[in-house]
Amino acid sequence: MAEVKLHGSWPSPFNHRVIWALKLKGVEYEYIEEDLSNKSELLLKYNPVFKKIPVLVHGGKPIAESLVILEYIEETWPENPLLPKDPYERAMARFWIQYGVTKGAPIGVFYRASGEELEKAAKELREMLKILEEQGLGDKKFFGGDSINLVDISYGALAYWFAAMEEASGVKVLEPSTLPRLYSWAKNFIEVPVVKENIPDYDKMLAYVSATRKKLAKNYRP
Amino acid sequence: MAGDQVTLLDFWASPFGMRVRIALAEKGVKYEYSEQDLRNKSALLLQMNPVHKKIPVLVHNGKPVCESLIIVQYIDEVWKDKAPLLPSDPYQRAQSRFWADFVDKKIYDIGRKIWTTKGDDQEAAKKDFIDCLKLLEGELGDKPYFGGETIGYVDIAFVPFYSWFHAYETVGNFNIEAECPKLIAYCKSCLQKESVSKSLQDPQKVYDFIVMLRKNLGVE
Repeated sequence: MAEVKLHGSWPSPFNHRVIWALKLKGVEYEYIEEDLSNKSELLLKYNPVFKKIPVLVHGGKPIAESLVILEYIEETWPENPLLPKDPYERAMARFWIQYGVTKGAPIGVFYRASGEELEKAAKELREMLKILEEQGLGDKKFFGGDSINLVDISYGALAYWFAAMEEASGVKVLEPSTLPRLYSWAKNFIEVPVVKENIPDYDKMLAYVSATRKKLAKNYRP
Repeated sequence: MAGDQVTLLDFWASPFGMRVRIALAEKGVKYEYSEQDLRNKSALLLQMNPVHKKIPVLVHNGKPVCESLIIVQYIDEVWKDKAPLLPSDPYQRAQSRFWADFVDKKIYDIGRKIWTTKGDDQEAAKKDFIDCLKLLEGELGDKPYFGGETIGYVDIAFVPFYSWFHAYETVGNFNIEAECPKLIAYCKSCLQKESVSKSLQDPQKVYDFIVMLRKNLGVE
C-alpha cells in the first residue's frame, strides 16, 4: 500500500476537509505541517500552480485543491462511500458542493471587513445559506442523509470555524432563528467523532481568526 | 439508451454551453437544443435552475442537471459505454479535475476583464491571461489532447474559449497565437473533430456579440 502524506496547515478548514475524509476511509497517513509564511521546497514542487495547501501525496504523486483531493480519496478508497452511487444524485451532490464555491465570495469579505461592508457581506451570506438550507439540506439531518458525505465535509467550516469568525467580527449569521435547519446541521456535524477529534481548539481558532482579521483589514485596498 | 428524453437549455455564445454540446456529440446522444433568451428568462429555465437561473441546463427525462462541468461528468457517467471523457485511473482523473477547475477559475473571469476594462486594468488582465494559457500549454506538452490520445474532460472544459479568443484579441489588441503557438495549434486541431466544430461558434459572431455587450455595459 503506497504511502499517503498530507501537507497542511493547522488552522485551514480546507486541510481539515481532507483529514476528515481520510479518517472516514480509515486511511493511514503522515501529516506535514507547512509554514505558509515560509513555504517548503517540497510544497512548491508539489503545487507549483497555486503554491497552496492542502496537498495530498500518494505514492509520491501530488494532488492539489481540496475538492479534487476529496473526489480522489472517494475513488481510491471506495469503502464507506461519501458520494451517492446514482449518477443523478451524484450530480446533485456535486452541484451543492459547487454552490459553496461559486457563492462563497462574501465569506472572504466577512473575514476582513467592518461596518457597512461587513453588514452587506453578512446579508449576502444569510441569503446564500437560506437557499442552501431550503433546497440543499431540506429536512435531512446531514446532506448525506443519516451520515455525512462529501457535501457535509465541503461545508464543514460553517460548523466550527465560522463561529470564530462571527465572534471576531461581532456579527452573527448562522442563527437558529433565521437558519434553524442549518444551525442544527452544524451542531450535529461537530458531534461526528471524526470531525470532533479533528478540529482545532476553539480558543486557538478564535485567536488565529482575530489576528488574521486585523492583518487582512490593514492590507486591504478596495 | 432508448426512450431517453434529453434537452439542453443553452445560449449560442456560451463557452459553458459549448462544453455540454461537445460532450453530448462525443457520446452520440440525441437531444433537443433549446436556445434561451438570457435577458428575458423563460419559465422553464427558472424552473429548471431556480438557484442560479443560468444556462447550460441538461434536462434528462425531466430532471435538470446544472453547472457545465457537473453536466459533463454526469454525461460521462450515464452514457458510459462510449467515448470516455475522464480517464479510468483515479490519479489521472484527479489531474483532469485539477486542470478543468483551473480553466474554470481563471479563463472566463480573466477573459471577461479583458473586454470589460481599459488601461492598466486591461493590461494586467491580458498578462494574467497569457500566463494562464502558458501554464495550460505546458500541461498539454506534446500530447494531441490534454486527455492524451483522445479528447477528454480538460479539452472539453477549455477549447470552447477558443471561440472567444478573436474577440479578446481584437478588444485587447494583442495576439494570443504569437504568445502561445502550440496551444492555438492544438485548438485548431480540435476543430477538426466534428463534435467540436459543430459545438463552437464563429469567432466573428462572438466578437460582434462582445461589441454589443460592451456598448450595453458602457465600456468603450
